[in-house]
Amino acid sequence: MGASRPKPHAARSAPKSAEAALSLTLASDFVSARKAQKLILDKIAAVGFGEQACFGVKLAMEEAMINAIKHGNKLDATKKVRIEAKITPDSATITIEDEGSGFKRHAVPDPTLEENIEKCSGRGILLMEAYMDKVSWDRKGRRVRMIKHNRPDLHPR
Amino acid sequence: MSEAYPPLSVTQQKDVRIVEFTHNKILDEANIAEIGQTLQSILDETEYPKLLLDFANVDHLSSAALGMLINLNQKIKQRNGQLRLANIKPQIYEVFVITKLNKLFKISANRAEAEGSFT
Repeated sequence: MGASRPKPHAARSAPKSAEAALSLTLASDFVSARKAQKLILDKIAAVGFGEQACFGVKLAMEEAMINAIKHGNKLDATKKVRIEAKITPDSATITIEDEGSGFKRHAVPDPTLEENIEKCSGRGILLMEAYMDKVSWDRKGRRVRMIKHNRPDLHPR
Repeated sequence: MSEAYPPLSVTQQKDVRIVEFTHNKILDEANIAEIGQTLQSILDETEYPKLLLDFANVDHLSSAALGMLINLNQKIKQRNGQLRLANIKPQIYEVFVITKLNKLFKISANRAEAEGSFT
């Protein structure tokens, strides 16, 4: 027998053990946040997300964690950040919830408008929405839910 | 010769200060604040600062890093100085495009092109 070709959809028949569900509660500090982010990113890479998808999730999670710790919990070490992640070979769903007073998405100015381009706010949310497939807030803006589908890299290197 | 400005490497080419980010990530707030302060002190060395930022090593940056760059750009403009960004990897350049900051900053493909663009 010659070398066998990979079966179509082989990537989709990943073993069930490749799926992961994580639930973490962290103090509002960037060191714990960094560890949690790495844990989730390692799982996402392990189930077969490509390099570009991982880059997007990493960036979106970085921005969401900064929002939760700095803007939500106001760097108050007694407040917690709750993270849940459901990761399958097809998609990653990440929710991040803080204990702050929440916010309204529509009240954040569009940082790409000429009059706002030199302001320093709103860019994190813009990047989360650009790099994830779906971003939504609930619980008065205290909880963000982000979904990324696993698609092949657009520009293979 | 380069001077020790962690996490930056600073060299001089004629009247242009060339600053290379030596880490692959510009994410940590503390780190970003430190970079901002170092860049500010470099600006303060000359009357009309000419600054070239080399992103060759950078694989990740956050909106906080973009904020620091916007701030730096404003200060340089106030001083009638010039700022150029060079060697930005495609994935990072996309972040500039999404935020439309590719229109605010003067971005060159490489160092030579950036050096030649100072007036």
